[in-house]
Order: sequence, then C-alpha cells, then structure tokens
Amino acid sequence: MEVELLEIRQHMGRFAPFDLISDELLDGLAGQVEVAYFKAGTDILTYGQELHEFCYIRSGAVEVHRRNGELYNRLGEGDMFGHFSLLRDQRVRFPARALEDTLIYFIPEAAFHELCEADEHFADFVELERPRLETASEQQKKNNNLMITRVRKLLTRYPLMVEASSTVQHAAQQIGEAQASAVLVLDAPGDNPRYIVRDCEERAWQVRGILTDSDFRKRVVAEGRSPDTPVGEVIVDRLIAIQSDESVHEAMLCMLRNNIHHLPVMHRRSPVGIVHLSDIIRHETHSSLYLVSNIFNQSSAAGLAKLAPDVRAAFMRMVEDDADSRMVGSALSTIGRSFTRRLLELAEEELGPPPVPYCFMTNGSMARNEQTFVTDQDNALVLDDDFDPERHDAYFLAMAQRVSDGLNACGYSYCTGGIMATNPKWRQPLAVWKGYFRDWIDNPTPERLLHSSIFFDLDSVYGENVFVEQLQELVADKAKNSPQFLAAMSRNALNRTPPLGFFRTFVMEKDGKQNNTINLKRRGTAPMVDLIRIHALACGSRAQNSFERLDDIGRTQLLAPGVSDKLRYALEFLAMSRIRHQVIDLHHERTPDNTIEPENVADNERHTLKDAFQALSNAQKFLKFRYGMPTRPLSK
Amino acid sequence: MSPNGRKKRQSPDWPSYLAARRDAATHPCLKRYFDACTLSPETPIAEVPMVAMDMETTGLDASRHGIVSIGLVPFTLSRVRLIQRHYWIVKPRQPLNRESVAFHHITHSQVADAPDLEVILPDLLEALAGRLAVVHFRHIERPFLDVAVKARLGEGIRFPVIDTMSLEARIHRQPLWARFRRWMGRPPVSIRLQSSRARYGLPAYQGHHALIDALATAELLQAQIAARYTLDTPVGQLWS
Repeated sequence: MEVELLEIRQHMGRFAPFDLISDELLDGLAGQVEVAYFKAGTDILTYGQELHEFCYIRSGAVEVHRRNGELYNRLGEGDMFGHFSLLRDQRVRFPARALEDTLIYFIPEAAFHELCEADEHFADFVELERPRLETASEQQKKNNNLMITRVRKLLTRYPLMVEASSTVQHAAQQIGEAQASAVLVLDAPGDNPRYIVRDCEERAWQVRGILTDSDFRKRVVAEGRSPDTPVGEVIVDRLIAIQSDESVHEAMLCMLRNNIHHLPVMHRRSPVGIVHLSDIIRHETHSSLYLVSNIFNQSSAAGLAKLAPDVRAAFMRMVEDDADSRMVGSALSTIGRSFTRRLLELAEEELGPPPVPYCFMTNGSMARNEQTFVTDQDNALVLDDDFDPERHDAYFLAMAQRVSDGLNACGYSYCTGGIMATNPKWRQPLAVWKGYFRDWIDNPTPERLLHSSIFFDLDSVYGENVFVEQLQELVADKAKNSPQFLAAMSRNALNRTPPLGFFRTFVMEKDGKQNNTINLKRRGTAPMVDLIRIHALACGSRAQNSFERLDDIGRTQLLAPGVSDKLRYALEFLAMSRIRHQVIDLHHERTPDNTIEPENVADNERHTLKDAFQALSNAQKFLKFRYGMPTRPLSK
Repeated sequence: MSPNGRKKRQSPDWPSYLAARRDAATHPCLKRYFDACTLSPETPIAEVPMVAMDMETTGLDASRHGIVSIGLVPFTLSRVRLIQRHYWIVKPRQPLNRESVAFHHITHSQVADAPDLEVILPDLLEALAGRLAVVHFRHIERPFLDVAVKARLGEGIRFPVIDTMSLEARIHRQPLWARFRRWMGRPPVSIRLQSSRARYGLPAYQGHHALIDALATAELLQAQIAARYTLDTPVGQLWS
C-alpha cells in the first residue's frame, strides 16, 4: 500500500462517491492524481476543450456554467466535475472556473473507467444512463419488501440471568432491582446444550430455562416452597425460544400457541433478550391500522383529539420502518379521513339526520392520498340539488363547524385560505359546484386557477359519493378539451421553481444567491404535484393520487418515453426527504415543518435531491413548451 | 545593476558553473546529470520542467548529520505529476538521535533495513536530471546532497534551485515592509511551509513526510507564480 499518499486518499475517502469504494481502489486512485492550483477567477475547463480526466476539488470552490453563461452548479471541497464529458465525447460541455483559490486533483480517464468497471456504486453515481434518482427510489422500494419487522427490533436490553443453584429469593431480588419481569436460568453445560452463554471469563453455560413473575406465584408461593429453594428446582426444563430474525408476527403466534407471555430471543445459540406480550401489543398500537379502529371507537370529539399523539407515533414508526412516501401518504390520509368521518357520524347523532342528502368532500393532499404529518384541512360540502338555504343551511353550517373544529383539535389546523365547508361559498348544491367548475375552466383568472389547483384534487369522504364522482367526471371530461385553461394552469405552475442544489451549508439558487433553508414543499413536492395534475387533466385521467396520475400519463404519448418514470422517482425522493426531515424535527422535539436545513442533509441525499430538482426543472421547461401560452388574453 | 535599474537579486552565475561541471565531471552518474542541465535563465517559468524535493535529516548541519528520507515529485506550472513520484528511506552514516525520530515518524527499524544512499543515488540523479529542483528552504536539501554525494562519489553536486521560502521572504521580509510591520507592533510574517500555503488558500497537510512536503512545495510554487508572477517570468529571476 502507498502509505505515503494517505493525505490524498483520506481526503477523497470522506466524500461521495469515493466514501464507498474499497481501500485498494482508493489507493490506486490516489497514486494517479495530478494536482494543479487555480487562482480565484481563472478558468479550469473551457468550453469545447478536449478532456481526458475528471476533476476533484481538494480545496476552494468552483462554478460550473452552461454554454450560454447561465450558472449550472457551484461546487466545493470534495465535489467532482468533468466526468460527464468522459462518458460522452471527451469534450467539455460545461466550462468551469475557480470561484476561490482552488486546488484540483485531476484523475485520468483510464482510472475513471476502471473505477466504473470495478465499483457498481461509483458507476451508478456517475453514469447518465442510470441516474442516481432511480436507484435511490428503487433502494427504498427494496427495503419495503423486507419490511416485515423482525422480533429483535422489540428488544431493549440484554436478558437478566441467574445460576440454577441460586435461591428463588435471590432471583426475585435481581428481577426487582432490574425492574424486569423474567430471568434466564443458567446451569453447567451438559452434553451438547441447545442454548449457551459465555461469561466474561469465557466459561460456557447452558440456558436451562426461564423464571417469570407468574412462576413465583404459581410455582413458589402457591406450592408452599421456601425462599431458599434453588431456582433450578422451580423451572421447567423445556425452554421455548425464538430466533432474533423471526418476524414479530411469528413471535406473537409462538406465544399464543404455547400460552406464554415471555419469549426468550436467541441469536443462533445465544440469548439476546426477552420479549413480553405487552411489547408486541405496544408495537401494534403504534400501527396505523390499530389507530383507525380506535378512531371509530371514540364517542366524542374530545376523545378523538386525545388520539393526536398516536398519529404522531404511527407516522414516526412508519418512516422508521422504511415505508415509502405512498404508504405514508395513504396511511395518513386514511387516518385523516377516519377522523373526518367519525366527526360527521357524531355530528349526525347530535344534530339528527340530514334534511337533504350531502357528500362531504375533501380536497388537496388528503384527496390525493398524499398527506404528511404537517397539514391543514381542505374540505367542502356538496349538497343535493333540493337544498334550500332558508330551511337547510343552519343544519349544514352546524355540521361543518363541528367537523372543522374537531379536525383542528386533532391537529389538522384550519385552512388559512378558508377552503372549508364552514365557508358558505364552499357549502353548495351539486348544480352550483358544476357551475363553479365550468366557469373556472372556461374563464381562468388567477383566483380561479388557485381554486382549480385545490379543488381539482377532490374525493368524497362520507355521504352521497356519487355527487363528488360527478364532479370528478366533469373535470376530467372538460379540462382536456380546454387548451386555454391548460395553458393558464401551466403558466401558474411555473411560479414556484426548484433551487439549483446545495453548496456547502447553503441552498443554491439559479441566480447564484444562497439561502440558509429550503421549503421542500413549496420548492419541490408542490410544483411537482402541480405539473403532474396538468398532464393528468390533459389526458383525461380521473386519478387523484400523483403516482396513479403518472401511471395514466405514462400510458399516453404526452411525455417522452421514460419521463413519467423519472418524475415518479423525483417525486418519491422529494416527498420522502420532506417526510424524513419532519421525523427528524419530531425526534428533536421541534415543531415539524416543510423546511430542511442543508447542513442536516447527508451527502448522498444532497446529490440525489439535486437530481430531483433538476428533473423538476426540466419538466417545468417542457410544460411551458407543451401547453404553450394562451393565444388570446385571459378574460377578466 | 539589472537592466531596469532595480536591485539585482544575488544569484550565482549558474550557466557558467554548470558548463564547467559538465566538462569536469568524471563519475558517469554525475556526468549524465550535468549533461542534462541545459536550462537557460531566459526560459519562461511556464516551460520549465521542475521537480519538488524534500528531505528529512537527522539534524540541521550537513557536516554532522545525515539524510533519512527523500521525496521527489516532478511537476510543471500546470500539473503536479504524482504518478512519477519517488520516495526513499535511506540509512544515514551518522547515528539517529531520539529527537529526530520523534519528529519524522521514521523508526530505527525502518532505517536499519534501509539501503545506503549510494544504492539509490543513480535513481535519484536520474529523477533530478533535466528538471529544475524546487525546495522550501534551500539550506537543507542542497548542502546535504552535496556532502552525501561527495562522500560517496568523490565529487560533490550543486545546482540551481527555486526556493519557495525565499520567494515568500522577498515579499514579507523586504526591509521596508518588515520595518513597517515592526513599527505597527506586528510579529514578522511566518514564511514556513504551512503558513505560506495558508496565505494562498492551500490546505494544511500533515507535515514532516518528505513526499507530502515535496507535494506541498510544488503546489506552493504554482500558487506563488499564479499570484505574483506571470507565465513568462524568466526562470533566472526565480532561481537561486
């Protein structure tokens, strides 16, 4: 090994993608490095120059531009550039200039290709054909297939153990001191014991059995044994145990089958812990399924509000179990709908049956099944056309008020834009709603476009579902034949753009400005959802969920082949980043929001996020091109 | 006085010295070395092939102390070529003392197994040949090599070097500037390798390894030329 180049190898080894390549490859790389110093303001790569190496920034900062002079990227210590040219035609496409005094390591083309050949991760990182985004999303999916929680996840501590010769009194004291409820009993290793433990002096013991709280009652006190009885005389010589990589489900079945409440968990032949039935129940109570059934068992709005901490726990659990954004989004939306539905049932119990049929409609993220933990309520009432405001509206206002207040108490804050059924404008009969929707599509104004972007994600929560289905149909049939509306929506969707990426601890904007934080909803998921909605409307899709909309879009010729997949990966990654950062906030007992701070973004996440922003930015450009601008001025 | 009338830098007449040695050298290794020394003082620095050199020694006095390790890194103003690097540990004819061992991280056993400089001398001279040596503080590398070569081949070796420390001193230790700083109550500017590098935004390397220090010196010269000179600066204005 080239000990003397540690200085170079250790530096590169700290940064992606070099952090994951083997020491041997890294040593080979360090030995081939060529070094050059660039004073601030001097060119490192010029457009069209032939290039047979790629660049690694040892210190300083570099700006990479497009040919037209637009800033493409700003890079710092540990970043690489120039490698795209090696994958294409060995010509510089993006000229680079030193922003500060900069030291560059040049790594020759041959070494680059060798690395791509030898290290799959490196190849994934640099290759255009297999973008990072895709592999990152696939990685997430793979983890989900293995999502069955293993029993070892429930273990919190190493099992307590006593020798078989010690007295039951001593064992009871030990259990009491450790605040445990069971202890494993060790004995001299007989012939070929099934489970063994080695103590700190490397002596082997066999695990003979388990002594639990209930054994003291049933086998000691009830049978009149003295406190001096050796533990070995009390226990049963048949130990039921489970391997640590079995599922929680299997552990539960094992306990039920054998009618036991304590189950020792083994890694191969050695004990690693004991699970109690209550551990499993506690685990299950955090699951969203349990939460939903609990919602429907509540008999008051106050009872529902008390479940808010459970929503938080279920959310964190799901993310920690590697659920993807669709699973999290649909689980949280289901929980939100259940709250709404239960509040409506309670309102009907109190107010009596509704005077005319109604459908309670949800809009925005809940309608799309894409809720996260930070969310407000968007809802409305679609009433039967027999609705008479004079006679009926008091009832529906009272109902809307109860639901809206109840949701607010459960953590779904009031909508600041007033998109709630408590607003008389959004508590109207079906015919009026149809009129609204037609008008918004035929005569788009900025305000109507805003309404379209909220209300055209719509779904029924409770009541006469057919009302909302009719509205969904109307939108799907009408919007696709209204090029002027699509053009106006497209223009609107371009108001929120993604940033360029990250530079050191800043968010880089396209004009070179740097910000300390980024709102991942406003700059990432929301504009992405907006543009997917427009394509979905254009192809007449009735899906509400963005991923399902992408499925529909993918079946048409609207986008170039592969583009809808690219958008899917980008949305998944943006959504997951946002969710993960909310969980980080919750862990630190901060109020979760949609903001992420660049210094909390891991190296690989930072690169993938940048790719996702790029995919969004390209898709926005295409939107402008595809739906064009309205040829006639907008009506007032 | 130099043509532009400013103070002339004191530098020996290297072309005449080298020409004389070319004719007088008897040992084939030295003859080959001096045959390759044809650099004109008018050559623009950008065209000069160079080699950064650093040595670790058992002390500071070439007559009493010996060489322990040598690092060489060939380079030009545009590239430092690590792939052509050389690094040798050699066994000094003078004994190692404890202080220097702690300083270099080179242990007695490493030195005990190392060859005498004579064994690697042909390779060393070959690597230096045709390239202008660049060092940080010329009063170590050049005299130590001279003494060591004289002891082994019977004739010494001297050659022009660019001393990155003296290039720093030209800026920071000029009498007027130094007096001004003293007058302002400031300590003299450090012209040691790490401090000099830091002024050009170059990263800190862990010191006292001959190869890493040679690399650090090469990078420093690139930075000094970029900041204070031009690509056309005649090499004769830089060497000493």
